[in-house]
Amino acid sequence: MTDAGINFHFDVDGEDFSSAGAASVEVKKNLRQLGFPPDVIRKVAIAMYEGEINMVIHANGGTADVFVLPDEITMVLRDQGPGIADVSLAMQEGFSTARDNIRSLGFGAGMGLPNMKKYTDAMEIETELGKGTKIVMRVKV
Amino acid sequence: MMEYKHSVSLDVDKCKGCTHCLKRCPTEAIRIREGKARIHSQRCIDCGECIRVCPYKAKKATHDSLEAMEQFRYKVALPAPSLYGQFDHLSDIDFVLQGLLDMGFDEVYEVSKAAELVSGYTRQYLRREGLKKPVISSACPVIVRLISMRFPYLCENVLPILPPIEIAGKLAKEKALSEHPELAAEEIGICFISPCPAKVSYVKNSFAGQKSNIDLVLSISDVYFPLVSHMNKIIVPEVSTDSGMVGVSWAVAGGESTAVFNDRYLAADGIENVIRVLDQIENADFPELEFVELNACDGGCVGGVMTVANPYIAKARIQSLKRYLPVSPNLHPGDGDIPGEAAMPPVEYAPASPLSKDRKEAMRMMADIQDIRKELPDLDCGSCGAPTCAAFAEDIVRGEACADECVVFMRMIFHDYIEKRKDAAQVKEALRTQPHSKDIRPKCEDG
Repeated sequence: MTDAGINFHFDVDGEDFSSAGAASVEVKKNLRQLGFPPDVIRKVAIAMYEGEINMVIHANGGTADVFVLPDEITMVLRDQGPGIADVSLAMQEGFSTARDNIRSLGFGAGMGLPNMKKYTDAMEIETELGKGTKIVMRVKV
Repeated sequence: MMEYKHSVSLDVDKCKGCTHCLKRCPTEAIRIREGKARIHSQRCIDCGECIRVCPYKAKKATHDSLEAMEQFRYKVALPAPSLYGQFDHLSDIDFVLQGLLDMGFDEVYEVSKAAELVSGYTRQYLRREGLKKPVISSACPVIVRLISMRFPYLCENVLPILPPIEIAGKLAKEKALSEHPELAAEEIGICFISPCPAKVSYVKNSFAGQKSNIDLVLSISDVYFPLVSHMNKIIVPEVSTDSGMVGVSWAVAGGESTAVFNDRYLAADGIENVIRVLDQIENADFPELEFVELNACDGGCVGGVMTVANPYIAKARIQSLKRYLPVSPNLHPGDGDIPGEAAMPPVEYAPASPLSKDRKEAMRMMADIQDIRKELPDLDCGSCGAPTCAAFAEDIVRGEACADECVVFMRMIFHDYIEKRKDAAQVKEALRTQPHSKDIRPKCEDG
């Protein structure tokens, strides 16, 4: 462990919908073992979960890195998907570009990004059309 | 905190130290040490999976013996609804109740009656304002313990009502005392006939917040044969069941849920499924769900490890037994307020085994775990005695295991050693065959 804390890296598989959410469960387990308070664990778990699902639905997967410090947890999600055309529109509750087959699975309700913002203390989105998206989220302990 | 009393134990002589239970334990509570399985008490949830999978029958469910009944002057049998599903060609529950009386019980009090009361209380509870939804059933002790260890955010969702066995125990004792004023309370033995060891843990650890009303927990499998032989002699039963469809349905997964009379429910069974469902409920909001019923055993209580019949066959039998029963004859008068005595203390979060109380120390340990994991083969073979390489890395850092217990790791070291020996032999051979080898050979041999 360095002063930069402890890092977890996950590859989020875009092909396999059934394993979406696995990284969130793993992070939750690790944070529990590290003794973080329940509300912090839940915030991180939800933000991770929504981020993972987004990457699977829209970007054919990506990576998730979680940086843990005693007083702050940072999640960095990267994908090489289509990018987000209008971020402020995408941040609106209920807005979704998910296809019908995804919606039929109960996803794509347009709550992903709003929930990620709601459950974290800070969120930054860098996106470029045709290149991909990077989302950084922080949860204070 | 009081030490947790488990109801799953090991017969050391029968244990071969294989990896069946190790690999199946949902909370990774088992390790093989010195060739025998060991159960980590803080992590075990008494689900019974290890009992189910042990090929040598080395894992046992701890419960009271039939002989233990004899210490009581007045014995009351509390049959679990799952007991009714154990018998072939049974046309009427009355035969089971009569059989219990004939085999030596003085009275029978059906748990399914209390289950109907609990269903009534649950419906009442769900109507309250401001509840954290979904409400999660408190009936399966495995689930309640699992939530308390792993799902801090869901502790509040657990139905704060005692499970049917506890309420049945209380009502049965009260009934016996009022009908037999000559008896002292301690002369009455309330004997629950259980499908699973988790209910034994429930009683032993006072889940109810106080001493349980159950005095003995017998296993369905122990009661089965003496009971069948008495049932076979019955021509016309003299007693009849007071249970309805609702109470009897509690024996199978989904039974408790349908009794909520609300279609916004989820019922899951089998411990792995249950864990996945809880993870998802904790992550995403399910505003549409009112009630969640979770059973650790496949099929529900009929799948308990202390039963006799195949759970799915038992389920089919329960289906036909309940067909001509009234819906729910046991309701609290007015189906009104939930009596205070039915209240269960809140579930408190108690994580099983955090790495350290100090977060910085815990982080250091986790970093070490990550480093060690990189060196491990990720085969999850179990030969080291831990269920996975990840669990093994954690055991090493906790000081509970040593890296050289990994057989793959040891083989690599051995391989290196042999390679070195081989090199040494080649050097020796080269020296020997060289023209002036005579001069230096003795030195080499000395070395």
